[in-house]
Amino acid sequence: MIMLEKRPQPSQAWTFATPILAVLLTMFCGGLLFAALGQNPFVTIRTIFLDPLFSEFAWFYRPQLLIKGAPLVLIAIGLSFGFRAGIWNIGAEGQYVVGAICGAAVGLAFYPLESFIIFPLMIIAGALGGLLWAMIPGLLRVRFGTNEILVSLMLVYVAEQLLASMALGALRNPDGMGFPGSRNLSQYPSAANLEIISGSGMHWGVLTAFLAVICAYVALSRHIFGFNVRLSGQSPRAARFAGVNPSALVLICMGISGALAGLAGLFEVAGPAGQISIDFNVGYGFTAIIVAFLGRLHPVGILLAGGLMALTYIGGEIAQSNLGLPIAAIQILQGMLLFFLLAVDVLTNYRVAWQRVAA
Amino acid sequence: MTDPLLRLSGLTKAYPGVVANKDVSFDIGRGEVHALLGENGAGKSTLVKTIYGLVKPDAGTMTLEGRPFQPAEPRAARALGIAMVFQHFSLFDAMNVAENIALGMEDPPPQAEIAARVRHVSDQYGLPLDPDRIVGELSAGERQRVEIIRCLLQDPKLLIMDEPTSVLTPQEVNILFETLRKLSAEGTAILYISHKLEEIRALCENATVLRLGEVVGDCDPRATSAREMAELMVGTALHVPERAEKPAGDVVLSLNGLSAKAPHQFGTPLREISLEVRKGEVLGIGGVAGNGQDELVAALSGEMRTGGDMIGYHGQAIGQMPPNARRKIGLLAAPEERMGHAAAPDMSLTENAILTAMTRENLTTRGFVHWGKARGFAERVIETFDVRTPGPQNAARSLSGGNLQKFVIGREIMQAPEVLVVNQPTWGVDASAAAAIRQALLDLAAKGTAVIVISQDLDELMEISDRFAALNEGRLSAPRPAKGLTVEEIGLMLGGAHDMEVSHAGA
Repeated sequence: MIMLEKRPQPSQAWTFATPILAVLLTMFCGGLLFAALGQNPFVTIRTIFLDPLFSEFAWFYRPQLLIKGAPLVLIAIGLSFGFRAGIWNIGAEGQYVVGAICGAAVGLAFYPLESFIIFPLMIIAGALGGLLWAMIPGLLRVRFGTNEILVSLMLVYVAEQLLASMALGALRNPDGMGFPGSRNLSQYPSAANLEIISGSGMHWGVLTAFLAVICAYVALSRHIFGFNVRLSGQSPRAARFAGVNPSALVLICMGISGALAGLAGLFEVAGPAGQISIDFNVGYGFTAIIVAFLGRLHPVGILLAGGLMALTYIGGEIAQSNLGLPIAAIQILQGMLLFFLLAVDVLTNYRVAWQRVAA
Repeated sequence: MTDPLLRLSGLTKAYPGVVANKDVSFDIGRGEVHALLGENGAGKSTLVKTIYGLVKPDAGTMTLEGRPFQPAEPRAARALGIAMVFQHFSLFDAMNVAENIALGMEDPPPQAEIAARVRHVSDQYGLPLDPDRIVGELSAGERQRVEIIRCLLQDPKLLIMDEPTSVLTPQEVNILFETLRKLSAEGTAILYISHKLEEIRALCENATVLRLGEVVGDCDPRATSAREMAELMVGTALHVPERAEKPAGDVVLSLNGLSAKAPHQFGTPLREISLEVRKGEVLGIGGVAGNGQDELVAALSGEMRTGGDMIGYHGQAIGQMPPNARRKIGLLAAPEERMGHAAAPDMSLTENAILTAMTRENLTTRGFVHWGKARGFAERVIETFDVRTPGPQNAARSLSGGNLQKFVIGREIMQAPEVLVVNQPTWGVDASAAAAIRQALLDLAAKGTAVIVISQDLDELMEISDRFAALNEGRLSAPRPAKGLTVEEIGLMLGGAHDMEVSHAGA
């Protein structure tokens, strides 16, 4: 019989090995799934995981990796603080949308004025928009004890309605002949989130994501704030004893995740997406939750996980167009990844022991 | 003894890295009250779990009334007449007594019948208990009665009791002993686990002493002194704390009508507590758990805020001050629950040192943690308080209860507080570690710190306190000099004699 024995301390080796094991298990079971769909599993896995990096068209896909990975990493870094402290902001998608709307609105308000100050103002507005949207579930929890999971999730749908109304109303392009959607910010030089190195995919959002990783790493490992966050997640009573104010911590963590999600939205709307449109959001805010956990809520882990998740997005698109694989199959693959990660996670805290069943 | 009730021969049980029981053999006769003595980690729990069918021995045999006895699970042990009252109760606060008892039964009869049987058994053995009361409202002593009556309803041949008196007032202890003697007279054997030697001397006819998993001695507790038994248990001569006489100092901390609402449904409100604590004194606060101890510590540590002037510190009103500001001015506290309150189980000892020592030991600059300094502080605590661990990088949960307690108390003492509040400083700690902790508290007081010790262990409080007060339902009695207080007077101060005088009147 297989028995699980609790380890006296979490295993260091398994902390690093479990994400890799989860990826391998996902590849294996994904291969079985693709085989059942009538595909060659080896070709499919290679198409999804290797072609974006190493095929003859990789020059096209590699910048895509940065563009898709940056918002995931940026949002996931923000979420990881709250998740470590046991504060569950599930509505990053909504904060991402509101950040994009606020940032874009500031940019559009200046159109067609050209000034270096516009883009920084948009960045501030984007961060503030996401932050304020996240304050709604934060304040409701602190003041009335509501569940932040439900409130933040529900606010995603409100944000989507707001997005549609903005695309059709206040922010609609006056020169757009009545079509929904705002002016294209990427064609408005003062408001555009341009590539820092042309053709690399390296726009300001990518830089911000890297900065966020570094700041988060320093905060978690060197600063008392990171210590308080970890302490609150592990032992709430000990945290109160240590002098952590739980309400303040809820607001700060919600604020950080909201602001970073808002920033991600702003960089997306001013760069790769270009405009506020009804279908602006594509689920980065939800996928970032997977990225945060896949990266073990650790900043460097999140960076790698964001890259991996971006890879499956791009690889999935290649598999769709080249092999005719349905998008649902790619989504199952991403789901498997989280599932296996959580399942093998048990090995960090438990060891597997074989025991003969006693009569 | 030709045919004992239960005979253990050569029981051995090893866990990875530790032998919990090694060749343990002894007999328990019918109707005998048998004590099992030993320090924490001596293997008492493993042994009784073996008898109760929770643990399977690696080697050795048991016979019950001459027949081989190998319970595969507690149900099998219960069916053969073994019952056990655990140290930690398994009761649901929101249900009433009869419902709780029904939950533990294989095939429960209707509620009315259970209630009737509970009344019958509680009358018969002098354990007053109303089957319709909600468990959440019961005192710890009453909860224990629920567990005992649950066992008695099975009509056991052997009743195992694990540290039963740790939660009881002296009066409640007397009631329990009456009941146990009555059971013994009717032929029920009792295996009594405790480290309170005076109790064992009062109650038991036979004692088996375990040390590091082995039987190191048998004795008749009635004919052996407590000191001899303690030394048998520990293996070395026992160190008794010393204290120097000292004059009373200035008032450091004063509580002025401290009142607070219960922080949660089953908490206790604090009612009008007034108190002055002086420099260099040890104030002992006794009382049965759940009478406001946790709330009092929370109000003093700053986890629970109260009216500003309800707490005065050198004349400054600090009732609204947050925990770290209190630490800064010298008021430190160590709560009862080690895992998850005084310490974070999954964090390293270095991180746990930061938990409370951040402010006074200057372990941060502008919020950035000095890990080297924190580690050094943790190492000093480990060194000074003889905490057995490979090093400060180990997680708190890898330490045994006693070792972690030494670390947690040591962490506060090393910060040289002006006032130290400790709740249950030696709960679950073995005798030698407990003596070390008490000595450290006395040394601290000798250096001028005002020490408030909250404990359920009256012997401990009498040993180290200058003054004694009792908490009962959130009220604090007026403190009295500890010297010369009798057990009866203490019992009256505790006032927790929940309608028990009556019960034995007719017995």
